[in-house]
Amino acid sequence: MSYNPFSLEGKTVLVTGASSGIGKATAILCSKLGASVIITARNEERLKDTVSQLEGNNNKIVVADLSGTEGINQLINEVNELDGLVNNAGINKILPIQFVDEHELMNTMQINALSPILLTQGLIKKKRIRKGGAIVFVSSIAGHTRSSVGNSMYCASKGTITGFMKCISKELVIKKIRCNEVLPGQVDTPIMSQGAVTEEQMTALAAHIPMKRLGNPEEIAAGIVFLLSDAASYITGSSLIIDGGLSL
Amino acid sequence: MKTLEEFVALFAEQFDDTDASEITAATEFKDLDEWSSLIALSIIAMADEEFDVALKGADVRDASTVEDLYKVICGKM
Repeated sequence: MSYNPFSLEGKTVLVTGASSGIGKATAILCSKLGASVIITARNEERLKDTVSQLEGNNNKIVVADLSGTEGINQLINEVNELDGLVNNAGINKILPIQFVDEHELMNTMQINALSPILLTQGLIKKKRIRKGGAIVFVSSIAGHTRSSVGNSMYCASKGTITGFMKCISKELVIKKIRCNEVLPGQVDTPIMSQGAVTEEQMTALAAHIPMKRLGNPEEIAAGIVFLLSDAASYITGSSLIIDGGLSL
Repeated sequence: MKTLEEFVALFAEQFDDTDASEITAATEFKDLDEWSSLIALSIIAMADEEFDVALKGADVRDASTVEDLYKVICGKM
């Protein structure tokens, strides 16, 4: 076979939140590049739809609710050795600051920040990630380079992920595990189409992006897969902006 | 169920520079100087908190007066 440093041949990759959007596109791309993929989310039907689109026969579904310790531990116990972990599962609740309440804040922080931190911690502690492995967090430009109104809880949660990633990337060097994040801009995914924002507003938003369009999940997946691959063997602790120039 | 008058008062609360007396049931709210996408999000959040109704951005877009929006909320309860 010809030399391809981007190949994931022989690697096993766990993708959270794989039933839609960026997670689904990442799982599909990982499988196309030769990885065995373990996909997890809460919704079994949609996971089955994702797994039906994966290449290869060594892919696996784990139905788990990662919003609590029980689901996180269940997932950790159901996976064997991994070469890649993609912490993608996330939610976005848009509320102006005066309507933010403890329940919504805790929910967003739990799913977007605490659960990926605890999942990563558990997998490291149980030595489930092999030497030479890679962890990728799906963060966001929100709270980094650009914020949109009503997004304070989401920005806080994604900023939390960045701080965590930067620290453990240093800690995990000794274990030969790399750790990075992608920072997507505005991507056309189900998380964006919950109704608080109208189609006209989305069109107006796209007009502000230098590339004049929203990103596709596949374009974020490509960055994630690069960071998982051996092509990124000297990259750790970095944040890859994928936003069509929106941060510029 | 809150009355139209109560809704108008809650609606007016979302503004900072517009006096509550300027906002009535018949006010075409998108013509107000202070109207913005952030206030639209605040109206959606207020409908959720006070009426337990999930307004869409399109509902706000399609409504003209404050009373129009109240009727949309009533229709979703």
